[in-house]
Amino acid sequence: MNKRKLINALIMTLSTLSALVGLVFLFWILWTLFSKGLHAMGLNIFIYDTAPPGAKETGLRNALVGHLILVAVACAIGIPFGIMAGTYLSEFGKNSRYANFIRDLSDVMMSAPSIVIGAFVYAIMVAPVGHFSGWAGAVALAIMMIPIVLRTTDDMLNLVPQTLREAAYALGAPKYKVTMQIVYRGAKVGMVTGILLAIARIAGETAPLLFTSFNNNFFSTNLNDAMASLTVTMFNFATSPYDDWINLGWAAAFILGAFVLFVNIIGRMIIKKRGRR
Amino acid sequence: MATICEVTEPREIDIQNFSFYYAGSEKPALKNISLPVAKNRVTALIGPSGCGKSTLLRSLNRIHDLYPGNRYEGKIMFEGQNILDKKIDLIALRIKIGMIFQKPTPFPMSIFDNVAYGLRLQGIRNRSELQDRVEEALKGAALWNEVKDRLKDDANALSGGQQQRLCIARAVAVKPKVLLFDEPTSALDPISTQAVEELVIELKEQMTIVIVTHNMQQAARVSDYTAFMYLGELIELGKTEEFFINPKEKLSEDYITGKFG
Repeated sequence: MNKRKLINALIMTLSTLSALVGLVFLFWILWTLFSKGLHAMGLNIFIYDTAPPGAKETGLRNALVGHLILVAVACAIGIPFGIMAGTYLSEFGKNSRYANFIRDLSDVMMSAPSIVIGAFVYAIMVAPVGHFSGWAGAVALAIMMIPIVLRTTDDMLNLVPQTLREAAYALGAPKYKVTMQIVYRGAKVGMVTGILLAIARIAGETAPLLFTSFNNNFFSTNLNDAMASLTVTMFNFATSPYDDWINLGWAAAFILGAFVLFVNIIGRMIIKKRGRR
Repeated sequence: MATICEVTEPREIDIQNFSFYYAGSEKPALKNISLPVAKNRVTALIGPSGCGKSTLLRSLNRIHDLYPGNRYEGKIMFEGQNILDKKIDLIALRIKIGMIFQKPTPFPMSIFDNVAYGLRLQGIRNRSELQDRVEEALKGAALWNEVKDRLKDDANALSGGQQQRLCIARAVAVKPKVLLFDEPTSALDPISTQAVEELVIELKEQMTIVIVTHNMQQAARVSDYTAFMYLGELIELGKTEEFFINPKEKLSEDYITGKFG
């Protein structure tokens, strides 16, 4: 066998092995999550709140509802900001120095450690009022979300052909109608996918919530108070010495994992569908 | 100076000493062009790539204004006004001077909504009026029979030739006075090309047409007047039948006999 073919075979084996190692860990994680989590799942998870160790009626209702509220409020803040900023960059700022500065800044923000964002929100929203709040947690998540939505919006709007905009202008459309009725429509699929991936990204965050929304052992929908979340509950319970709490931690992990997986798959399916057209 | 044939018919557009500069460029892309455009006639702009024919066409509905820094000089008279005037309402102008692009540009919506888009922009909301106007426009663009049963389908599902006729229908629906075609058939197959060419000839009964084409046979087939441009200048405007048989300028002759370009 000549040298070139030998090198080819060697490199191919190595890269296939590396890919397998990555996949093994992924499936290992999924397997552990499903075997331990599924075992801990039950109707009680959805109807009872977290209870002291040893209690019979225990579940994750407060954490589930709190988590949903936090993520929903974060979306309500983060998505409009992200879309508007992305629209500014693509349709108005274009390649101006200011727009490029914002793009760079947003990239930096995207890679900022989430615990730093948590600390920042603690400093501006928790410390001054003296107590934890759901609002603070939602704002921390929203801050994480904005750069992701901004970037995908900017990218997706940029993919809309310029001739489509020109065609709309040529019919006498004003700029805001071109943007809202033609450009958004053309980029809709990509934007929705970006939003879904952003939701999946923030839904699994613990660090920004640790000292913003903190945790709450009771059912609460009051955003002015500390609020339970699946991630913080999971962190607390998984590190506890009690078996029933650890089990609840696994259940929380399972629910989170399944949710993020589901949203990711939906997002990717949308991307694929668009690719085929 | 360019050789301009006599245009005895009424003029829809009169381009006078027009120069155009792209943003950041000191050199004009179009130099001192004077060109009459006869009403209800087809005027073809021909010339080699980069001669400025599309630039000139895109000046007529001021689509260049979308990109900051572009500069016009001279006059383009339309309906007694200089459309290069800063006070001109570009939206009103573009309703009167429509445009068809090189590549079909269907909007990401249904066939019906595509054609109705310009009408809705003008505030027409009445359902039956919209339906009538859409049908009329699609018939005018020779597309009605092919799409009448699937008006609610996504316009992107149409073939390239159908998409281009849809764009023509969309432009015709708002009843413009002038329709600008920017190489409308260069992305189309021969059969679709023929359909679009026949449309151009039909449409001139209702409106004035300016068409940019890199295809001299096409210019000869569809146009009444042919303007030959070279390096940003207008070289010659002639009645099409005379221009292709007996061009007045040496450059025009060299171009149509295939010596360059």
